[in-house]
Amino acid sequence: MSDPSSINGGCAVAMVGKDCIAIACDLRLGNQSLSLANNFEKVFPFGDKTFLGLTGLASDVLTLKEDFRLKHNLYKLREEREIEPETLANLVSSSLYERRFGPYFVGPIVAGLHSKTNKPFICGFDLIGCIDFAKDFIVSGTASDQLYGMCESLYEPDLEPEDLFETISQALLNAVDRDALSGWGAVVYIVTKDKVVKRVLRTRQD
Amino acid sequence: MLTPDIAMTYSGMGPDFRVLVDRARKLAHTNYKRIYNEYPPIRIMVQELAKVMQASTQSGGIRPFGVSLLVGGYDEHSDSFQLYQVDPSGSYFPWKATAIGKTAVSAKTFLEKRWNEDLELEDVIHVALLALKESVDGELTGENLDISVISEPQEHLLGFKGTDMTGPRVKKLSAEEINDRLDAL
Repeated sequence: MSDPSSINGGCAVAMVGKDCIAIACDLRLGNQSLSLANNFEKVFPFGDKTFLGLTGLASDVLTLKEDFRLKHNLYKLREEREIEPETLANLVSSSLYERRFGPYFVGPIVAGLHSKTNKPFICGFDLIGCIDFAKDFIVSGTASDQLYGMCESLYEPDLEPEDLFETISQALLNAVDRDALSGWGAVVYIVTKDKVVKRVLRTRQD
Repeated sequence: MLTPDIAMTYSGMGPDFRVLVDRARKLAHTNYKRIYNEYPPIRIMVQELAKVMQASTQSGGIRPFGVSLLVGGYDEHSDSFQLYQVDPSGSYFPWKATAIGKTAVSAKTFLEKRWNEDLELEDVIHVALLALKESVDGELTGENLDISVISEPQEHLLGFKGTDMTGPRVKKLSAEEINDRLDAL
Protein backbone atom coordinates (compact mmCIF):
# COMPACT_ATOMS: atom_id res chain seq x y z
CA MET A 1 0.00 0.00 0.00
CA SER A 2 2.68 2.48 0.99
CA ASP A 3 5.33 0.77 -1.11
CA PRO A 4 7.01 3.73 -2.86
CA SER A 5 7.73 1.80 -6.03
CA SER A 6 4.04 1.10 -6.69
CA ILE A 7 2.34 4.36 -5.64
CA ASN A 8 2.44 6.05 -9.03
CA GLY A 9 2.41 2.94 -11.24
CA GLY A 10 3.90 2.49 -14.69
CA CYS A 11 6.18 0.10 -16.50
CA ALA A 12 8.82 -0.18 -19.21
CA VAL A 13 10.28 -2.91 -21.40
CA ALA A 14 13.25 -3.25 -23.78
CA MET A 15 14.04 -5.90 -26.42
CA VAL A 16 16.93 -6.85 -28.69
CA GLY A 17 16.31 -7.57 -32.39
CA LYS A 18 18.59 -8.09 -35.39
CA ASP A 19 20.95 -5.06 -35.38
CA CYS A 20 18.24 -3.09 -33.59
CA ILE A 21 16.65 -2.57 -30.18
CA ALA A 22 13.26 -1.44 -28.96
CA ILE A 23 12.35 0.26 -25.72
CA ALA A 24 8.80 1.09 -24.63
CA CYS A 25 6.84 2.39 -21.66
CA ASP A 26 3.27 3.21 -20.66
CA LEU A 27 2.10 6.78 -20.07
CA ARG A 28 0.15 6.55 -16.82
CA LEU A 29 0.85 8.59 -13.70
CA GLY A 30 -1.45 7.99 -10.77
CA ASN A 31 -1.91 8.27 -7.04
CA GLN A 32 -2.75 4.73 -5.88
CA SER A 33 -5.90 3.87 -7.86
CA LEU A 34 -6.59 7.46 -8.96
CA SER A 35 -5.15 8.14 -12.43
CA LEU A 36 -3.80 11.68 -12.77
CA ALA A 37 -2.06 11.98 -16.15
CA ASN A 38 -1.79 10.11 -19.44
CA ASN A 39 1.33 11.88 -20.73
CA PHE A 40 3.99 10.72 -18.27
CA GLU A 41 6.79 9.32 -20.44
CA LYS A 42 9.32 7.08 -18.73
CA VAL A 43 11.87 6.67 -21.53
CA PHE A 44 14.54 9.34 -22.10
CA PRO A 45 17.17 9.64 -24.87
CA PHE A 46 20.88 10.01 -24.08
CA GLY A 47 22.55 10.75 -27.38
CA ASP A 48 21.37 9.39 -30.71
CA LYS A 49 21.12 5.67 -30.08
CA THR A 50 21.02 5.23 -26.29
CA PHE A 51 17.88 5.29 -24.10
CA LEU A 52 17.15 5.14 -20.39
CA GLY A 53 13.79 3.93 -19.06
CA LEU A 54 12.86 4.87 -15.48
CA THR A 55 9.89 3.33 -13.66
CA GLY A 56 8.90 3.57 -10.02
CA LEU A 57 8.27 6.58 -7.77
CA ALA A 58 7.46 9.48 -10.12
CA SER A 59 9.38 12.07 -8.09
CA ASP A 60 12.51 9.90 -8.21
CA VAL A 61 11.98 9.29 -11.93
CA LEU A 62 12.01 13.06 -12.54
CA THR A 63 14.97 13.65 -10.19
CA LEU A 64 17.08 10.92 -11.80
CA LYS A 65 16.11 12.00 -15.32
CA GLU A 66 17.57 15.44 -14.56
CA ASP A 67 20.56 13.98 -12.69
CA PHE A 68 21.53 11.79 -15.64
CA ARG A 69 20.91 14.64 -18.07
CA LEU A 70 23.47 16.67 -16.08
CA LYS A 71 25.96 13.80 -15.95
CA HIS A 72 25.48 13.07 -19.64
CA ASN A 73 26.09 16.72 -20.58
CA LEU A 74 29.25 16.88 -18.43
CA TYR A 75 30.41 13.60 -19.99
CA LYS A 76 29.94 15.00 -23.50
CA LEU A 77 31.94 18.12 -22.62
CA ARG A 78 34.81 16.10 -21.10
CA GLU A 79 35.04 13.36 -23.69
CA GLU A 80 33.90 15.31 -26.77
CA ARG A 81 31.76 12.38 -27.89
CA GLU A 82 28.48 10.60 -27.11
CA ILE A 83 28.23 8.10 -24.23
CA GLU A 84 28.05 4.40 -25.11
CA PRO A 85 25.14 2.32 -23.76
CA GLU A 86 27.52 0.13 -21.68
CA THR A 87 29.14 3.20 -20.18
CA LEU A 88 25.76 4.77 -19.36
CA ALA A 89 24.72 1.48 -17.72
CA ASN A 90 27.79 1.54 -15.45
CA LEU A 91 27.20 5.22 -14.69
CA VAL A 92 23.59 4.47 -13.69
CA SER A 93 24.80 1.57 -11.56
CA SER A 94 27.43 3.56 -9.66
CA SER A 95 25.07 6.54 -9.24
CA LEU A 96 22.36 4.35 -7.70
CA TYR A 97 24.79 2.49 -5.44
CA GLU A 98 25.97 5.84 -4.06
CA ARG A 99 22.52 5.92 -2.42
CA ARG A 100 22.83 2.34 -1.14
CA PHE A 101 21.25 3.07 2.26
CA GLY A 102 18.62 5.59 1.14
CA PRO A 103 17.86 4.55 -2.40
CA TYR A 104 15.85 6.12 -5.21
CA PHE A 105 12.74 3.95 -5.64
CA VAL A 106 13.20 3.26 -9.33
CA GLY A 107 13.64 0.37 -11.75
CA PRO A 108 15.85 1.68 -14.55
CA ILE A 109 16.50 -0.04 -17.89
CA VAL A 110 19.10 0.94 -20.50
CA ALA A 111 18.88 0.09 -24.20
CA GLY A 112 20.98 1.27 -27.11
CA LEU A 113 23.30 0.57 -30.01
CA HIS A 114 27.07 1.07 -29.85
CA SER A 115 27.91 4.34 -31.64
CA LYS A 116 30.47 2.74 -33.98
CA THR A 117 29.79 -1.03 -34.12
CA ASN A 118 25.99 -0.71 -33.73
CA LYS A 119 26.05 -3.73 -31.42
CA PRO A 120 22.74 -3.92 -29.51
CA PHE A 121 22.90 -3.58 -25.73
CA ILE A 122 20.16 -3.82 -23.11
CA CYS A 123 20.22 -4.17 -19.34
CA GLY A 124 18.13 -3.56 -16.26
CA PHE A 125 18.86 -2.61 -12.65
CA ASP A 126 17.39 -3.00 -9.18
CA LEU A 127 16.89 0.14 -7.10
CA ILE A 128 20.46 0.07 -5.70
CA GLY A 129 22.12 -0.39 -9.07
CA CYS A 130 22.79 -4.12 -9.45
CA ILE A 131 22.98 -4.67 -13.23
CA ASP A 132 20.97 -7.39 -14.93
CA PHE A 133 22.61 -8.00 -18.33
CA ALA A 134 20.26 -9.71 -20.77
CA LYS A 135 20.54 -11.01 -24.33
CA ASP A 136 16.80 -10.92 -25.08
CA PHE A 137 14.53 -8.59 -23.08
CA ILE A 138 14.33 -6.55 -19.89
CA VAL A 139 11.15 -5.58 -18.03
CA SER A 140 10.53 -3.16 -15.17
CA GLY A 141 7.69 -1.51 -13.23
CA THR A 142 4.36 -2.47 -11.65
CA ALA A 143 3.42 -4.71 -14.60
CA SER A 144 6.77 -6.53 -14.62
CA ASP A 145 5.22 -9.92 -13.74
CA GLN A 146 2.77 -9.58 -16.63
CA LEU A 147 5.57 -8.32 -18.94
CA TYR A 148 7.73 -11.32 -18.09
CA GLY A 149 4.85 -13.60 -19.07
CA MET A 150 4.18 -11.77 -22.35
CA CYS A 151 7.86 -11.49 -23.30
CA GLU A 152 8.62 -15.14 -22.48
CA SER A 153 5.84 -16.24 -24.84
CA LEU A 154 6.09 -13.65 -27.67
CA TYR A 155 9.86 -12.99 -27.90
CA GLU A 156 12.05 -14.63 -30.50
CA PRO A 157 15.66 -13.73 -31.35
CA ASP A 158 16.88 -11.76 -34.41
CA LEU A 159 13.62 -10.00 -35.27
CA GLU A 160 13.68 -7.29 -37.93
CA PRO A 161 12.76 -3.76 -36.71
CA GLU A 162 9.12 -3.94 -37.95
CA ASP A 163 8.54 -7.35 -36.34
CA LEU A 164 10.30 -6.25 -33.15
CA PHE A 165 7.93 -3.26 -32.96
CA GLU A 166 4.93 -5.58 -33.25
CA THR A 167 6.31 -7.94 -30.60
CA ILE A 168 7.21 -5.30 -28.02
CA SER A 169 3.92 -3.44 -28.60
CA GLN A 170 1.78 -6.53 -28.11
CA ALA A 171 3.82 -7.56 -25.06
CA LEU A 172 3.39 -4.13 -23.45
CA LEU A 173 -0.28 -3.62 -24.39
CA ASN A 174 -1.43 -7.01 -23.13
CA ALA A 175 0.65 -6.72 -19.98
CA VAL A 176 -0.65 -3.29 -18.95
CA ASP A 177 -4.25 -4.41 -19.51
CA ARG A 178 -3.71 -6.88 -16.67
CA ASP A 179 -2.24 -4.23 -14.34
CA ALA A 180 -4.48 -1.59 -12.73
CA LEU A 181 -1.55 0.79 -12.16
CA SER A 182 -0.20 0.76 -15.74
CA GLY A 183 -1.60 1.73 -19.14
CA TRP A 184 -3.36 4.93 -20.27
CA GLY A 185 -1.31 5.11 -23.46
CA ALA A 186 2.10 3.80 -24.48
CA VAL A 187 5.24 4.92 -26.33
CA VAL A 188 7.59 2.69 -28.33
CA TYR A 189 11.08 3.59 -29.62
CA ILE A 190 12.57 1.42 -32.38
CA VAL A 191 16.31 2.08 -32.76
CA THR A 192 18.25 0.97 -35.86
CA LYS A 193 21.74 2.03 -36.96
CA ASP A 194 20.58 5.04 -38.97
CA LYS A 195 17.07 5.74 -37.69
CA VAL A 196 15.06 6.09 -34.49
CA VAL A 197 11.28 5.76 -34.79
CA LYS A 198 9.03 6.86 -31.93
CA ARG A 199 5.45 5.62 -32.03
CA VAL A 200 2.62 6.52 -29.62
CA LEU A 201 0.20 3.63 -29.22
CA ARG A 202 -3.58 3.85 -28.75
CA THR A 203 -4.58 1.72 -25.79
CA ARG A 204 -7.60 0.99 -23.60
CA GLN A 205 -8.40 4.07 -21.52
CA ASP A 206 -9.75 2.33 -18.40
CA MET B 1 52.29 1.96 -16.35
CA LEU B 2 49.27 3.95 -15.18
CA THR B 3 46.52 1.86 -16.79
CA PRO B 4 46.86 -1.20 -19.03
CA ASP B 5 46.93 1.12 -22.08
CA ILE B 6 48.76 4.18 -20.69
CA ALA B 7 52.35 4.60 -19.47
CA MET B 8 54.50 7.57 -18.59
CA THR B 9 58.10 8.56 -17.99
CA TYR B 10 59.77 11.70 -16.74
CA SER B 11 62.71 13.99 -16.66
CA GLY B 12 63.58 15.76 -13.42
CA MET B 13 63.19 14.73 -9.79
CA GLY B 14 62.62 10.99 -9.32
CA PRO B 15 60.73 11.16 -6.00
CA ASP B 16 58.27 13.71 -7.43
CA PHE B 17 57.60 11.41 -10.35
CA ARG B 18 56.80 8.48 -8.03
CA VAL B 19 54.29 10.67 -6.21
CA LEU B 20 52.65 11.57 -9.52
CA VAL B 21 52.48 7.93 -10.60
CA ASP B 22 50.69 7.03 -7.35
CA ARG B 23 48.29 9.97 -7.78
CA ALA B 24 47.57 9.12 -11.41
CA ARG B 25 46.87 5.45 -10.69
CA LYS B 26 44.50 6.38 -7.88
CA LEU B 27 42.73 9.09 -9.91
CA ALA B 28 42.25 6.67 -12.80
CA HIS B 29 40.09 4.59 -10.48
CA THR B 30 38.32 7.10 -8.20
CA ASN B 31 37.49 9.59 -10.95
CA TYR B 32 36.82 7.16 -13.75
CA LYS B 33 36.91 3.37 -13.46
CA ARG B 34 34.77 3.18 -10.33
CA ILE B 35 32.14 5.28 -12.14
CA TYR B 36 32.20 3.97 -15.72
CA ASN B 37 33.85 0.55 -15.16
CA GLU B 38 36.43 1.33 -17.84
CA TYR B 39 39.87 2.95 -17.80
CA PRO B 40 40.16 6.67 -18.65
CA PRO B 41 41.18 7.61 -22.18
CA ILE B 42 44.70 9.05 -22.33
CA ARG B 43 43.50 12.63 -22.83
CA ILE B 44 41.44 12.47 -19.64
CA MET B 45 44.38 10.89 -17.77
CA VAL B 46 46.69 13.68 -18.94
CA GLN B 47 44.15 16.32 -17.89
CA GLU B 48 43.97 14.80 -14.40
CA LEU B 49 47.77 14.84 -14.12
CA ALA B 50 47.94 18.41 -15.41
CA LYS B 51 45.29 19.39 -12.84
CA VAL B 52 47.41 17.95 -9.99
CA MET B 53 50.53 19.70 -11.25
CA GLN B 54 48.74 23.03 -11.78
CA ALA B 55 47.21 22.88 -8.30
CA SER B 56 50.67 22.46 -6.77
CA THR B 57 51.75 25.78 -8.29
CA GLN B 58 49.06 27.71 -6.42
CA SER B 59 48.57 25.75 -3.18
CA GLY B 60 50.14 27.11 0.00
CA GLY B 61 52.97 25.28 1.77
CA ILE B 62 54.02 23.05 -1.12
CA ARG B 63 56.36 23.51 -4.07
CA PRO B 64 55.54 22.66 -7.69
CA PHE B 65 56.44 19.21 -9.03
CA GLY B 66 60.01 19.19 -10.37
CA VAL B 67 59.30 17.02 -13.38
CA SER B 68 58.25 17.10 -16.99
CA LEU B 69 56.25 14.08 -18.11
CA LEU B 70 55.89 12.12 -21.31
CA VAL B 71 52.58 10.22 -21.29
CA GLY B 72 51.92 7.70 -24.02
CA GLY B 73 48.89 5.55 -24.61
CA TYR B 74 46.30 3.98 -26.80
CA ASP B 75 42.84 5.52 -27.16
CA GLU B 76 40.09 2.98 -27.81
CA HIS B 77 37.48 5.45 -29.02
CA SER B 78 39.58 6.99 -31.78
CA ASP B 79 41.62 3.78 -32.29
CA SER B 80 44.85 5.81 -32.15
CA PHE B 81 48.15 5.98 -30.26
CA GLN B 82 48.87 9.31 -28.60
CA LEU B 83 51.80 11.04 -26.89
CA TYR B 84 51.56 13.98 -24.49
CA GLN B 85 54.05 16.18 -22.67
CA VAL B 86 53.07 17.67 -19.30
CA ASP B 87 55.09 20.49 -17.74
CA PRO B 88 55.36 21.52 -14.05
CA SER B 89 53.10 24.52 -14.78
CA GLY B 90 50.28 22.15 -15.66
CA SER B 91 50.31 22.92 -19.37
CA TYR B 92 50.24 19.94 -21.69
CA PHE B 93 50.88 19.35 -25.41
CA PRO B 94 50.13 16.52 -27.82
CA TRP B 95 53.12 15.40 -29.93
CA LYS B 96 54.00 12.99 -32.70
CA ALA B 97 57.53 12.73 -31.29
CA THR B 98 59.33 14.82 -28.69
CA ALA B 99 61.96 14.86 -25.97
CA ILE B 100 62.18 16.42 -22.50
CA GLY B 101 65.07 17.21 -20.18
CA LYS B 102 68.55 18.68 -20.40
CA THR B 103 69.19 17.80 -24.05
CA ALA B 104 65.63 18.18 -25.26
CA VAL B 105 66.46 20.86 -27.81
CA SER B 106 69.09 18.86 -29.70
CA ALA B 107 67.06 15.64 -29.40
CA LYS B 108 64.01 17.37 -30.88
CA THR B 109 66.07 18.73 -33.76
CA PHE B 110 67.25 15.17 -34.38
CA LEU B 111 63.70 13.78 -34.25
CA GLU B 112 62.54 16.48 -36.65
CA LYS B 113 64.98 15.09 -39.21
CA ARG B 114 64.45 11.39 -38.59
CA TRP B 115 60.79 10.97 -37.66
CA ASN B 116 57.97 10.47 -40.15
CA GLU B 117 54.37 9.25 -40.04
CA ASP B 118 54.90 5.73 -41.42
CA LEU B 119 57.75 4.42 -39.26
CA GLU B 120 57.24 0.85 -37.99
CA LEU B 121 57.64 -0.09 -34.31
CA GLU B 122 61.23 -1.35 -34.71
CA ASP B 123 62.08 1.81 -36.69
CA VAL B 124 60.84 4.18 -33.97
CA ILE B 125 62.75 2.26 -31.30
CA HIS B 126 65.82 2.65 -33.52
CA VAL B 127 65.24 6.39 -33.97
CA ALA B 128 64.56 6.86 -30.25
CA LEU B 129 67.82 5.07 -29.35
CA LEU B 130 69.77 7.15 -31.86
CA ALA B 131 68.26 10.34 -30.42
CA LEU B 132 69.20 9.19 -26.93
CA LYS B 133 72.75 8.27 -27.98
CA GLU B 134 73.32 11.69 -29.51
CA SER B 135 72.66 13.43 -26.21
CA VAL B 136 74.02 11.00 -23.61
CA ASP B 137 77.74 11.12 -22.80
CA GLY B 138 77.97 7.84 -20.86
CA GLU B 139 77.64 4.34 -22.36
CA LEU B 140 74.13 3.11 -23.27
CA THR B 141 73.32 -0.39 -22.00
CA GLY B 142 70.20 -2.42 -21.34
CA GLU B 143 70.91 -1.99 -17.64
CA ASN B 144 70.90 1.82 -17.50
CA LEU B 145 68.06 2.43 -19.96
CA ASP B 146 64.33 1.65 -20.08
CA ILE B 147 62.14 1.17 -23.13
CA SER B 148 58.38 0.64 -23.03
CA VAL B 149 56.35 -0.04 -26.14
CA ILE B 150 52.61 0.56 -26.37
CA SER B 151 51.28 -1.44 -29.29
CA GLU B 152 49.05 -4.51 -29.71
CA PRO B 153 47.37 -6.10 -26.64
CA GLN B 154 49.79 -8.46 -24.86
CA GLU B 155 47.61 -11.44 -23.99
CA HIS B 156 50.47 -13.26 -22.19
CA LEU B 157 50.86 -10.37 -19.72
CA LEU B 158 47.26 -10.75 -18.51
CA GLY B 159 48.18 -13.57 -16.13
CA PHE B 160 44.99 -15.57 -16.75
CA LYS B 161 43.05 -17.08 -19.63
CA GLY B 162 39.47 -17.86 -20.58
CA THR B 163 37.88 -14.40 -20.38
CA ASP B 164 37.01 -11.92 -23.12
CA MET B 165 39.35 -9.36 -21.54
CA THR B 166 42.15 -7.99 -23.69
CA GLY B 167 45.71 -7.83 -22.40
CA PRO B 168 47.60 -4.66 -21.52
CA ARG B 169 49.13 -2.75 -24.43
CA VAL B 170 52.03 -1.46 -22.34
CA LYS B 171 55.09 -3.71 -22.45
CA LYS B 172 58.51 -3.01 -20.94
CA LEU B 173 61.46 -4.37 -22.87
CA SER B 174 63.92 -6.53 -20.92
CA ALA B 175 67.63 -5.63 -20.63
CA GLU B 176 68.46 -8.33 -23.21
CA GLU B 177 65.88 -7.03 -25.67
CA ILE B 178 67.33 -3.54 -25.30
CA ASN B 179 70.91 -4.76 -25.69
CA ASP B 180 69.95 -6.60 -28.90
CA ARG B 181 68.70 -3.34 -30.33
CA LEU B 182 71.72 -1.36 -29.08
CA ASP B 183 74.04 -3.86 -30.80
CA ALA B 184 72.15 -3.27 -34.06
CA LEU B 185 72.70 0.50 -33.93
